[in-house]
Amino acid sequence: MTALAGTAASVRRRAGGLTRGWLVGGVVAVWVLLWIPLRGRDTLALSTSELSPLHERLNDLRDAINNTRGSSPVFSAFFDVIRESVDALTVFLQSLISQPAYGRPVPLIGWLGVVAVATFGAYAVGNLRVAALTAAGFTSFGLLGFWQQSMDTLALTLAAVLICLAIGIPLGIWAGLSDRLNRVLTPVLDFMQTMPTFVYLAPLTLFFLIGPASGVIATLIYAMPPVIRITAHGIRSVAPSSVEAGTSLGATRWQLLRSVRVPLAKRTIVLGINQTVMCALSMVTIAALIDAPGLGQVVLRALQTLDVGTAFSAGLAIVIMAIVLDRVTTAARDRVETQYRMGPRARGRRRVVLAGLGVLTAVALYLSYTYVWAAFFPGPERGGAVGGEVADGVTRASDWVQLNLGAVTDAVRNAISYGLLNPLQSLIADSPWYLVSAVVLAIAWIVAGPRIVPTAAVCLGLLVGSGLWQEAMVTLAATLVATVIVMALGVVVGVWMGRSDRADGLIRPTLDAAQVMPAFVYLVPFLGLFGASRFTAIVAAVVFAAPVAIKLVADGIRGVPATVVEAAVSSGSSAWQVITKVQLPLARQSVTLAANQGLIYVLSMVVVGGLVGAGALGYLVVAGFSQSDLYGKGLAAGLAVVLLGVLLDRTTQAAARRLDAGAAHRGLRKGKDS
Amino acid sequence: MPEPLISAERVPAGVGEPALAVTDLWKVFGPRADRVVGTPLADLSRADLMAQTGCVAAVRDISFTVAPTEVFVVMGLSGSGKSTLVRCLTRLVEPTSGTVLVEGEDLRGADAKRLRDLRRHRFAMVFQHFGLLPHRRVLDNIAYGLEIRGVSRTERYRRAGEVLDLVGLTGHADHFPDQLSGGMQQRVGLGRALAVDPRILFFDEPFSALDPLIRRDMQNEVLRLHHEVGKTMIFITHDLHEALRLGDRILIMRDGAAVQIGRPDEVVGAPADDYVRDFVADVPKSHVLTIRWVMRPVRDDDPLDGPELGADVVVRDAVRAVLSSSAPVKVVHDGELVGMVDDEAILRVIVAEEQ
Ligand SMILES: Nc1ncnc2c1ncn2[C@@H]1O[C@H](COP(=O)(O)OP(=O)(O)OP(=O)(O)O)[C@@H](O)[C@H]1O
Ligand SMILES: [Mg+2]
Repeated sequence: MTALAGTAASVRRRAGGLTRGWLVGGVVAVWVLLWIPLRGRDTLALSTSELSPLHERLNDLRDAINNTRGSSPVFSAFFDVIRESVDALTVFLQSLISQPAYGRPVPLIGWLGVVAVATFGAYAVGNLRVAALTAAGFTSFGLLGFWQQSMDTLALTLAAVLICLAIGIPLGIWAGLSDRLNRVLTPVLDFMQTMPTFVYLAPLTLFFLIGPASGVIATLIYAMPPVIRITAHGIRSVAPSSVEAGTSLGATRWQLLRSVRVPLAKRTIVLGINQTVMCALSMVTIAALIDAPGLGQVVLRALQTLDVGTAFSAGLAIVIMAIVLDRVTTAARDRVETQYRMGPRARGRRRVVLAGLGVLTAVALYLSYTYVWAAFFPGPERGGAVGGEVADGVTRASDWVQLNLGAVTDAVRNAISYGLLNPLQSLIADSPWYLVSAVVLAIAWIVAGPRIVPTAAVCLGLLVGSGLWQEAMVTLAATLVATVIVMALGVVVGVWMGRSDRADGLIRPTLDAAQVMPAFVYLVPFLGLFGASRFTAIVAAVVFAAPVAIKLVADGIRGVPATVVEAAVSSGSSAWQVITKVQLPLARQSVTLAANQGLIYVLSMVVVGGLVGAGALGYLVVAGFSQSDLYGKGLAAGLAVVLLGVLLDRTTQAAARRLDAGAAHRGLRKGKDS
Repeated sequence: MPEPLISAERVPAGVGEPALAVTDLWKVFGPRADRVVGTPLADLSRADLMAQTGCVAAVRDISFTVAPTEVFVVMGLSGSGKSTLVRCLTRLVEPTSGTVLVEGEDLRGADAKRLRDLRRHRFAMVFQHFGLLPHRRVLDNIAYGLEIRGVSRTERYRRAGEVLDLVGLTGHADHFPDQLSGGMQQRVGLGRALAVDPRILFFDEPFSALDPLIRRDMQNEVLRLHHEVGKTMIFITHDLHEALRLGDRILIMRDGAAVQIGRPDEVVGAPADDYVRDFVADVPKSHVLTIRWVMRPVRDDDPLDGPELGADVVVRDAVRAVLSSSAPVKVVHDGELVGMVDDEAILRVIVAEEQ
């Protein structure tokens, strides 16, 4: 009964979806008809070096801020204090492991000491396996020839993570206890997380100058939300019965927190730490754009000179660091469980191993402080023991691919460029701005309801005001194309994973691993395959965004009640019919959510793609960092990205909520039926 | 032969200051809950109040006293407000109005510190879903209340070890809660409450999550403990059999209000209304009713050569004596003859049960 009602409801909603689909189709048809005569008019195009008054005013603003920096109390009492304290911590960590310091030609701790400490730490918070992985991973940084850059990246990541945790965990616990704080915090965190990472780099440099401190501060903004959110969630999900039992025995609030809430939420809190660490690493590499030192710089410079080999081996170091950090923090999470269950004997054995490793670590620290061989990573000056070969090999492979498989990669590129990207870009970017605005408003209204219209109108108006309308439209076109591909992948693979446990078991670990990678790294292999072009950026964006979309769709399909599927199968539906008539319609909310997340991810990556020739907003953002004249324009481009992001995010979210409301109706009816 | 549901010896002493005295207790949940009591709104039924104000009157105007060492049972259907009532008695839920006196002390007047003190020393609670701490060993769970109080480690482990034996968990000290069966987990919950040596124990449906055999075991355990340690107990249940087995007196709740308060035989023998009558309809009366409830007044022509029985003897225990004697049995209370029981009266109870 329930199952049938569910199917019937979905059919009815499909009918609604169909009319909506027709409406959107109609709008697009009208658009194309109007485009033919109006093409190329009022596109608000602006050549790269041209500046709109707004851009000039932003430049002036920067100059004004720079001029007041020395005198304004806002700076000396606020921004400078933050910058200097962050800087102090960062410099301290750098002088420990990466930069010459205290009058020594080398950091305090040489490579041997760092490897030993890292291994010891991995064992202390995790287990022997991740300790071995850590030792191997850290050694490979040296072998790849990027010891110092890796340590810079690590130092910045550590600095950011330490600050994130010092602020984020208490704040998260507080938000877990206080509804009011939680309500205040949630929209702030939402905003921090939907903003494309790339975008707040430029404004930050206004206040914190370029350099490591700004890099760490940008990382804080990006990496702090997960630990706050997840900690709050963990504290909130502690079983009320345990808390009540504590209260009934007369525990104080502090005792409850210490002996009940925090221990029970610990596993979740460590998960939050894991997320924060991964976000931090990702952002620290991107912060290379504002001169944050480390592996990101190597990748960035290599990308700009199209040196695929070097980009690859530095990217590889980033990937290895990501894997090590992820594995170690995950092992730490699992240990929370096993730790308190450990019997006295296992505990004793562990203590012995810890003590042994501790002694070894101390020896290694001493050696690395004293002897040059243990301080400098041995091997050739450039490229390390294997890094040079890796880089050369990759360069050769890339050349070979471009030479021999050029036909194939060109065919793929051309198919997508001419079949999808060019027509769409020409339609969107060559239409008059008022036409595009009208179409966007109409479509937003149709898919997300009338309440989205004011928001969308404001976003569009500001985009026009930004003076970067055409660039925004080009970026929008690329974003849409990439999202379409992401969603196609998401639905196909997601449905497969949702229906088959084996597929799920096979693919999910890969997706999890892919999500751990810093955004930057995705560009490298595709640069090798496709050379520098906007197409490379699109492919990288697709690969970057697909895991999220696939997982969301798969979970949605899995969430369809088994009884509904059974009912459909027992009434003789084919697999195709089950998928298209039952599973996908019922998982529509997840699919919409996947589209939402896909868009956000794609947008942030399309912007990063500015580095490899994607042009448009991404290019301007990047150019703004390096060319003083374009600073204001780059800032405006960042703003335009945010506006696009808000527009796409709000619309898809509202569309998802609409489906949600439909689902709630269905749920109600279902409740009555059964 | 199964033991009787209640035994006659356990009627409360009922002397001295009450362990707990509750007067006019209200708890209203919802927006502006404090504007309900003392207004005409208070007279509305629960459903009407909900419709008009969005408030739920979980506990309505309840008064009772509990004597020291008494086992006082609160029962009622799901949603009748039992949990709320018992939480009001320890201020885990803040009462809306009314007074609660704990051994003469006004509980609602206690400040946070005093309240904590009372919770640490005076009362303890056992929960339906145990509320154990999964990351602590059984021994540490039992010692938790002592730890909160600041008792030294050796002392609290010593005490917890004793309690462990008392609740029948010897040898399980180092296990974790999820390695134990439901019944054993609740023994841990019981142990945790006993470890702080409270004077009043609150039980909120402690055995509802257990299966019937274990439940019976645990009821025996409570009876045994009550016998051994003699605590005052407030026991919540929705199971009438449990109520009759354990309770010296029973408070029956419906929609937040008290419908009847009385000894088990009073509740079964003289239900206050149809709600209670329905409740007790399935109870084997011969197990609960004392012969006081089936005796008739002494008539002049009664032969007085029959055997004597106390007024508090349960019908089932009197059957043999009554049926085997040719003369009616004399019912005696405090050395005085208060009534007679003949075959017919006894058979009426038994036959009513068979139907
Ligand atoms: N925190 C709360 N907020 C609002 N209403 C509540 C709250 N706690 C309980 N109620 C309401 O008070 C009424 C009594 O609930 P209570 O839990 O005391 O019943 P109960 O007799 O213990 O039921 P059960 O046998 O199911 O445990 C219910 O209608 C419930 O919905
Ligand atoms: Mg209850």
